[in-house]
Amino acid sequence: MATETAHRALSLYRSLLRTSNNFSAYNFREYAKRRTRDSFRSHQHESDPEKINSLVKRAEEDLKMLQRQTTLSQFFQLDRLVVEGGVEGKDAQGARARQKETGWD
Amino acid sequence: MASKAAPVVRRCTGRLLVSPSPSFLLSSTCRYSRPLRTPVASACRPTRYLSSAVPRRSAASIDVQNQEIERENVILETGKQPEEIKLPGGLNAGAAMSPQAAILKQASVMDQGARPIYLDMQATTPMDPRVLDAMLPFYTGLYGNPHSRTHAYGWETEKAVEDARANIATLIGADPKEIIFTSGATESNNMSIKGVARFYKNKKKHIITSQTEHKCVLDSCRHLQDEGFEVTYLPVQSNGLIDLKQLEEAIRPDTSIVSIMTVNNEIGVIQPMEEIGKLCRSRKVFFHTDAAQAVGKIPVDVNKWNVDLMSISGHKVYGPKGIGACYVRRRPRVRLEPLISGGGQERGLRSGTLAPALAIGFGKACEISKEELEYDHARVSYLSKRLTDGLLAMEHTTLNGDPERRYPGCVNVSFAYVEGESLLMALKDIALSSGSACTSASLEPSYVLRALGSSDESAHSSIRFGIGRFTTEKEIDYVLKAVQDRVAFLRELSPLWELVQEGVDLNTIEWTGH
Repeated sequence: MATETAHRALSLYRSLLRTSNNFSAYNFREYAKRRTRDSFRSHQHESDPEKINSLVKRAEEDLKMLQRQTTLSQFFQLDRLVVEGGVEGKDAQGARARQKETGWD
Repeated sequence: MASKAAPVVRRCTGRLLVSPSPSFLLSSTCRYSRPLRTPVASACRPTRYLSSAVPRRSAASIDVQNQEIERENVILETGKQPEEIKLPGGLNAGAAMSPQAAILKQASVMDQGARPIYLDMQATTPMDPRVLDAMLPFYTGLYGNPHSRTHAYGWETEKAVEDARANIATLIGADPKEIIFTSGATESNNMSIKGVARFYKNKKKHIITSQTEHKCVLDSCRHLQDEGFEVTYLPVQSNGLIDLKQLEEAIRPDTSIVSIMTVNNEIGVIQPMEEIGKLCRSRKVFFHTDAAQAVGKIPVDVNKWNVDLMSISGHKVYGPKGIGACYVRRRPRVRLEPLISGGGQERGLRSGTLAPALAIGFGKACEISKEELEYDHARVSYLSKRLTDGLLAMEHTTLNGDPERRYPGCVNVSFAYVEGESLLMALKDIALSSGSACTSASLEPSYVLRALGSSDESAHSSIRFGIGRFTTEKEIDYVLKAVQDRVAFLRELSPLWELVQEGVDLNTIEWTGH
């Protein structure tokens, strides 16, 4: 039972981070990743099953919200911020800037 | 591990793209499976993430079949793989054929960032995506008028609006019935000051405010002066705080209202609210505070502070623009004359149909702020310390306002021997302001800084940095470096700076006019 919940939490954590990465706006993207990390970290030693359940439920809601909002953000893209340039690299042809080289982390 | 896996996978994808349909099918099933963790395993399963054709991990669904047919048409017509066909702008046709890529195209082609960093959180804050998520249903399907009592459309909207009201009330420790929705903090300020003053005008004719208030408070007071009221504009000390003793002396038997802002919008100092509240309560004077910059950023409690009226703004707490609220105490009752008359909504104090989506967004923003208050405050304090330490490490820079009693998200620094406006021009890649947005259009030095006793030059050379929930460390470091570089550059140009370096005291120079 316990491992099942842990597994569920871990998979939610991964999905949240992955979805956060889809925000087109730099600030929202960074915030979503940081917030996800920090809130999971702050609850990593949680042992009360009821509390865990409610947190998992909350994470599921948040994931749905993130999926909607990141999709929406893809439709209204703006230029990148000055801090973004150069940091996240370009692809081989040098034409496209990508967010990150690798597929998953 | 990922970095090891990546090149293998990419080669693999490239090879498989020679036969487009199986690769696509394979990858589309792969997209929904869990990512594999061993490099070997992932190498034999090509994923769409890594092909340059499709932006990875987008949540919007793709019309798989149409895309497949389109690919085949291109191959038939041109005899080339879509990936091999170059389009103007450096894209290949494979990328352009994906509907998501078409959306992403514009932004992806940007190789260098062009948008400035936003560091003007006192002017307005970006709307939190969670807020937009709460608002969208009320812009699409749930369009009922919250004041309609006869059908379900009205009920559902009303329920949501009342929940939002409750969230706002919780954030400031009030009762939901005491929250009046307005169009923003400016309207709330006008409503409070003019409303109370006019309601009690037969007996009480005196108003007290401070010199560093927001323009809309000062202007409301000026307006009331024309109507025959007397107004005392309290001076502030050099740290930006008001002197309680002076306030006590200024209160007269016919004083109806005292209006002091909680957090100053230009220098970020926090006034001693509790003490002012206690004083006003003991002298039976209404206490209004403009807490637009404070709510959601520092703990606010109307009962602890004895506040009778409070103005709140939606777009300063990562909510939507165009909505605000006014807290009007019910016990002891504060009576005011409404500015807007009509259908008697909002306890008759602010008639007119509410904007449900805005009110709900505002409520959501307050709910989030309440939850995140500590987290955000710790974060903003950390970033603010980093920025302040870096800026004050430069020579001839001073922090305006009290160094202790302040909200850390507002950092106002004077750079001596540099023209503030030219520094702003030089810092085109950072969105900053020299003061409040309402007055920044004019070249006049900030009246707030003048009230602190700053010289004209010092007030002219001040810049306000606003840090918020979405500011990152990288941005702060960028800003620090940019400011350091450009201040040094501008000072190099300045003859005054040259004199200072030679050790000449500028006050001893006799300037000749011409």
